[in-house]
Amino acid sequence: MSRHTRLSLLTHAALIALVVVLAFPVYYALVTSTLSFREAYQYPPRLLPGTEFLSNLHEAWVRASFGRLFFNSTVISLVVAFVKIVLSLLAAFAYTHFRFRGAGFLFALSMITQMLPLPVRILPTYELMDAFHWIDTYYALTVPFFASTTGILLFRQFFLTVPRELSDAARVDGAGPMRYFWQILVPLSRTNIAALFVIEFIFMWSQYLWPLIVTNSADMRVVQIGLKMLIASEQIAPEWNVIMAGTVIAMVPPLVVLIALRRSFAQGIAMQSEK
Amino acid sequence: MTQERFPGHPFLPYLLVLPSLAVIVVFLIYPFAQSVWGSFFITSFFGDKKLFVGLENYLELFRSPDYLQSVVVTLYFSAFVVVLGLAASLGIALLLNQRIGGLGLYQIALVWTYSISPAVAGVIWALLFAPATGLIPWLVGLVVPGYTLNWMTNGSLALLVVSLAATWKMLGYNIVFFLAGLQNIPEELIDAARVDGAGPWLSFRYITLPMLSPTTTFLLFMNMLYAFFQVFGLIDIMTQGGPGDATNLLVYNLYRDAFIHLNSGRANAQSVIIFVVIAVAAMVQLRAATKKAVYAR
Repeated sequence: MSRHTRLSLLTHAALIALVVVLAFPVYYALVTSTLSFREAYQYPPRLLPGTEFLSNLHEAWVRASFGRLFFNSTVISLVVAFVKIVLSLLAAFAYTHFRFRGAGFLFALSMITQMLPLPVRILPTYELMDAFHWIDTYYALTVPFFASTTGILLFRQFFLTVPRELSDAARVDGAGPMRYFWQILVPLSRTNIAALFVIEFIFMWSQYLWPLIVTNSADMRVVQIGLKMLIASEQIAPEWNVIMAGTVIAMVPPLVVLIALRRSFAQGIAMQSEK
Repeated sequence: MTQERFPGHPFLPYLLVLPSLAVIVVFLIYPFAQSVWGSFFITSFFGDKKLFVGLENYLELFRSPDYLQSVVVTLYFSAFVVVLGLAASLGIALLLNQRIGGLGLYQIALVWTYSISPAVAGVIWALLFAPATGLIPWLVGLVVPGYTLNWMTNGSLALLVVSLAATWKMLGYNIVFFLAGLQNIPEELIDAARVDGAGPWLSFRYITLPMLSPTTTFLLFMNMLYAFFQVFGLIDIMTQGGPGDATNLLVYNLYRDAFIHLNSGRANAQSVIIFVVIAVAAMVQLRAATKKAVYAR
């Protein structure tokens, strides 16, 4: 065997080992979600799936009203991802296609979102929601998230690469800036839009702290908080089989989004880190 | 300098940036200013009066052993998550970048973990380490008979377990960005170095690492934000700051002071301190990011 073949076999072996080790916790969670309560506490721990998944899922679904939580998480993730994409596209368009007074200052202001994550303004933002009577509403769960530094940077960088001839041609043909934006620029940005959608959907789906403090009725909770409810309801001997059934389905929507859009996601990320 | 591509629309650009800026001003800048302002006051016992106390909230925080403990815990935790996480992901990304077959498959097999939320990671690792019944304590019991691994009573162990869980959750994300960065390095550069007699280590040290530095800076910042804030769900599910205060990260301490102990002055002061730390980091990162964007092509 040549040195090169040996080396590449070694690389494959290392990568396969890594994949297995990194995926194992999730595999174990999957297995546990298919066991009965008794099997979940069996010694030695079981590493092969059982047959109780559906009944565990049903139990979790009923206990934490997962149907409603799923609906809430899906709505807020879709709405926030969509609005963030539109607002970032518009802002990036302004910063790349127009010269206007204060552009530099306003751009710096939009970059500031990165420096002001929730914890540096948590109490006053909560008080603001209270003053707006937004506690326990979809407004509180979505509107404060609408600005995106990542999105503006991503689209700005892409728009800068769009040849000037394109906008000039549109102008000569009598198209106004907004027509050029919607009919040419936005369709050209498909890949970046898909990449940003993946990032923002997963980001919103994972939100925990903000939903925890701005919602208090069972109807407005999100999936992540539902997991906490499942665990907290069992203090002495946690029903891991039921908890894991809830956990496993909580993983599905962001995973589906990531897998379905993985090509655009990878391209978008590559574009972002291109030099 | 931005080129004017559509002359004769003086108000349009302002209209275009207005929605984003309105959200930023109303929900970010204004509340943050309130945090700063509120950090100079204490609220009376019944919550009806505000009393100006100057820097007293800050001084009290730095005199409080609990808060200092939380600072130490956060430093340990974030150093663990950032350093170990980035080193491991860079290693894996380098393996993936070895011009071997099946790259696409490996990519999916490693990257999907990016979609796991911190809370889900917390639940899964709590299962793996469940005292007395979990898989890992059982394995440890096999290796060291008679020893019971219980992270719920052992503070330093709890900190280690939450750090591991948090690092694991972030690997997929880091690998995506490192791999993208690596694939953007022109192969001719590495080949040229090889022709000049540079071994793998030299070309990694003097070509790969410097070429990768925008990605690394970006990831350093994102991982720091993650370790500081986004792990809240993981902590709340796994340990709620315990046992004792062993995993009481700054963000968890802040949550408790703001929403459980209802100590608003103290909570706002903590927000401002956190801001100062990340502002410094963000400046460094933003400079790298905008520089790269402006001189990109």
